[in-house]
Amino acid sequence: MGLLSLAIWVPIAFGVALLAFGRDEHARGVRWVALVGAIVSFLVTVPLFTGFQNGTAAMQFVEKASWIARFNVNYHLGIDGISMWLVLLTSFITVVVVISAWEVITERVNQYMGAFLILSGFMIGVFAALDGILFYVFFEATLIPMYLIIGIWGGPNKIYAAFKFFIYTLLGSLLMLVALIFLYNKSGGSFDILSWHKLPLGSTAQTFLFFAFFAAFAVKVPMWPVHTWLPDVHVEAPTGGSAVLAAIMLKLGAYGFLRFSMPIAPDASHEWAWLMIALSLIAVIYVGLVALVQEDMKKLVAYSSVAHMGFVTLGFFIFNELGVSGGIVQMIAHGFVSGAMFLGIGVLYDRVHSRQIADYGGVVNTMPKFAAFALLFAMANCGLPGTAGFVGEWMVILGAVKANFWIGLGAATALIFGAAYTLWMYKRVYLGPVGNDHVKELTDINAREFLMLSLLAIAVLWMGIYPKPFTDAMDTSVTELLRHVATPKLPR
Amino acid sequence: MIDKLSWVAIYPEIVLLVMACIIALVDLSTTSARRTRTYVLTLLTLAVVAVLTGIAANDGKTIYGFGGMVVSDPMGNWLKCFATVALMVTLVYGRPYAADREMLRGGEMFTISMFALLGMFVMISGSNFLLIYLGLELLTLSSYALVALRRDNAVASEAAMKYFVLGAMASGFLLYGLSMLYGATGSLDTNEVFKIIASGKVNHQVLVFGLVFIVAGLAFKVGAAPFHMWVPDVYQGAPTAVTLLIGAAPELAAFAIIIRLLVEGLLPLAFDWQQMLALLAIASLLVGNLAAIAQTNLKRMLAYSTIAQMGFMLLGLVAGVVNGNTYNAQFAYSASMFYIVTYVLTTLASFGIILLLAREGFESEEITDLAGLNQRSPLYAGVMAIAMFSLAGLPPLVGFYAKLAVLQALIASGQAIYIGLAVFAVIMSLIGAFYYLRVVKVMYFDAPVTASTVSAPRDVRTVLSINGLLILVLGIVPGGLMTLCANAIVATLAN
Repeated sequence: MGLLSLAIWVPIAFGVALLAFGRDEHARGVRWVALVGAIVSFLVTVPLFTGFQNGTAAMQFVEKASWIARFNVNYHLGIDGISMWLVLLTSFITVVVVISAWEVITERVNQYMGAFLILSGFMIGVFAALDGILFYVFFEATLIPMYLIIGIWGGPNKIYAAFKFFIYTLLGSLLMLVALIFLYNKSGGSFDILSWHKLPLGSTAQTFLFFAFFAAFAVKVPMWPVHTWLPDVHVEAPTGGSAVLAAIMLKLGAYGFLRFSMPIAPDASHEWAWLMIALSLIAVIYVGLVALVQEDMKKLVAYSSVAHMGFVTLGFFIFNELGVSGGIVQMIAHGFVSGAMFLGIGVLYDRVHSRQIADYGGVVNTMPKFAAFALLFAMANCGLPGTAGFVGEWMVILGAVKANFWIGLGAATALIFGAAYTLWMYKRVYLGPVGNDHVKELTDINAREFLMLSLLAIAVLWMGIYPKPFTDAMDTSVTELLRHVATPKLPR
Repeated sequence: MIDKLSWVAIYPEIVLLVMACIIALVDLSTTSARRTRTYVLTLLTLAVVAVLTGIAANDGKTIYGFGGMVVSDPMGNWLKCFATVALMVTLVYGRPYAADREMLRGGEMFTISMFALLGMFVMISGSNFLLIYLGLELLTLSSYALVALRRDNAVASEAAMKYFVLGAMASGFLLYGLSMLYGATGSLDTNEVFKIIASGKVNHQVLVFGLVFIVAGLAFKVGAAPFHMWVPDVYQGAPTAVTLLIGAAPELAAFAIIIRLLVEGLLPLAFDWQQMLALLAIASLLVGNLAAIAQTNLKRMLAYSTIAQMGFMLLGLVAGVVNGNTYNAQFAYSASMFYIVTYVLTTLASFGIILLLAREGFESEEITDLAGLNQRSPLYAGVMAIAMFSLAGLPPLVGFYAKLAVLQALIASGQAIYIGLAVFAVIMSLIGAFYYLRVVKVMYFDAPVTASTVSAPRDVRTVLSINGLLILVLGIVPGGLMTLCANAIVATLAN
């Protein structure tokens, strides 16, 4: 079994084992098994980074075996500089999420932990799949555990949120399925994604494919105006669910643009880039403003996620090296930062059982250690230099300015909104005198929470201070991708 | 003098007929309320028949018998094998339910269902219009009796009445269509009819006239809209064990006669019947999916979901012949066969759970009756969730590959209209996802009404677990079953 297979199936195996054997009487044991499972799953992915060869755009750690011979579907895995980081991000966040749920989840612990481990395996599968159907299977399968996570452990309006999440994202992906089968027939019977990159396609076919993929990935990212499911779902989802959703699931969509839309339909991508850029700018600016007026912390961070993912798609569709690399760096950075923001809100929620900003005030007085972490993550969220948030946004803005000054200017102004809503929230929640009796009785974070936040803090700082390993690994892959996008498939 | 080969072609049917009579006699001396002896004998017989048909199917040989009246080919034998297994599973799930409702005071349920199976066998192996019709009647007459098995239950009697009236009408349609065809071609043999029509000497209008009636009759039988009216009432009204009896295995036989009549007999008219089937499919997808959303009764919801699923299956048959070219036929028909086989597998699991939860005097028919099943029994909730997600067409469950195969057949035709149909089907299955999800929601998100755990006899528990697991395993490795269906269809089309 190859490394990538291990990365996919180890967490799933642990997850299934938890489902089969755990009961709430054994909650303690279940938690430990889950933690061991998550750590082992993470360790399995580490060699993907240490053994990764920079400087080649070829897929690495490739595995290929026939799976459904009748349709020429293969179990075909492989990663390049783009997906390698996303795989690592996934296995890392899963460890953090398991730690975050430690004492918080007391009912059906085995199902909770199992769902997250299985979800983790599915998501790694999405990033590693090089076969269209394999990709689709993993892409869709993620819906099942997430649906259950939201619906079982979510807030008061969880059922509405779970349905909205499921139906919205399913609609998009079903149209993608039609596109995949269409490509299969066009290519004379192959589901190999990389071979599709070279497939000659006419203008109509490209437009159809571009929008079929757009339906799937734009909903997942989510881009304005199909983002409305995200705030609803975040508000209702349990802390771990929100963290995984923001940190990884949104990246499935962004990743899809890189792997499918842009290289398979390059001409359509160029033709419709104006639309993508316009939608991204609206997400960055307008949704940023919407975030400013939120009363609910989770909603605020959810809208800020939409805005930050706007930077990602903006970077992709300006088609230069800086923009695309910046977009990918931003994906990973947002994974760490948004995960941290949601887990931080979870820490407060566990103590006060409220997410309303108005219910807090002066938390720094009673939880100084926690407030320090929160400050770091808030700074990262507004893109302070030296944190992960800065690198990606800065690269995207530079790339945008190179392409068109006004686009760059528009994106840059959005940074101001980002700073505004994040810092304003920080001020209202953490600074000033103690707001009320609840805040007065707060206890600072315990060792478990300290560990969980430290892991994320290290990642945020590392990426902010020394992003070179990230950009080095992805450089060649991005160049290769841009070469594909720059090569028109239409006869001129 | 009947030659030896003729007997080889029908020996599973002979075993079934003889044993059904013997079991009816044995049952006379059975006194146990749960009919253990009859039950065991029936299962043993069915197991033998399943093995016999399985072996015959594996041989891959095509044998005609009785002067071309019957045919034993891989497609037919696989369908018989699956139908037999489906009936075995149905009886395992249904026995405790039937015993609780005093439906086992005599052994009729076992013997009649064996005769129903015999009817399916005759339908599947019929290579002659008359024989196919006879098989169909044997199946439907047995089904009427089964639905009416609870004599003292008004709802069941009403359902039986509706089923009988509408079923008789459908049979009439079919018979009328067949007789038109006979009049036009002068033959009842499918292969003969094929040749005569292909020669182009027959008036096209007469043929299409007969065809309309045949398609309408078939649509009645599979429950495709707008001929679906009996499905919800009968599914809901019949005792659940019987609902499963008439809703699972017979679908396989219905598929077989569609292939025998439309493909083997009337392929030269494909352009005409494909249009009719396309309209039926569109109507079924619309009616089934939209009406299912409004249902609160689980059996009724599943009935509408069946209509929608049949619509999807019919789409596979629509894409077989493109511009008079049959290169797509084996993909299209094997996609439909795969669809129907996996559909039956999934239906068994979902009705198995309903039967399990239905205790004495409590039917467990409302969707809300499943509330909190996950807390009461994670295993059964898991099986039901797998079945629902599979019906919704979500990977990595087998239902996804069924939909994939059908969509692939549609898109492979390369016709814009068929691609449009594929997109339509996809949007309809999104609507379908909504009501399947609601069942999962009730089981996982709602609080249970009672805290008592669900107990089941060991045989039910084992079969149900295997059933659920199979939906998952076939979803992870669907290749084998797909190839099996493809080979079976290829062998049948080759004749």
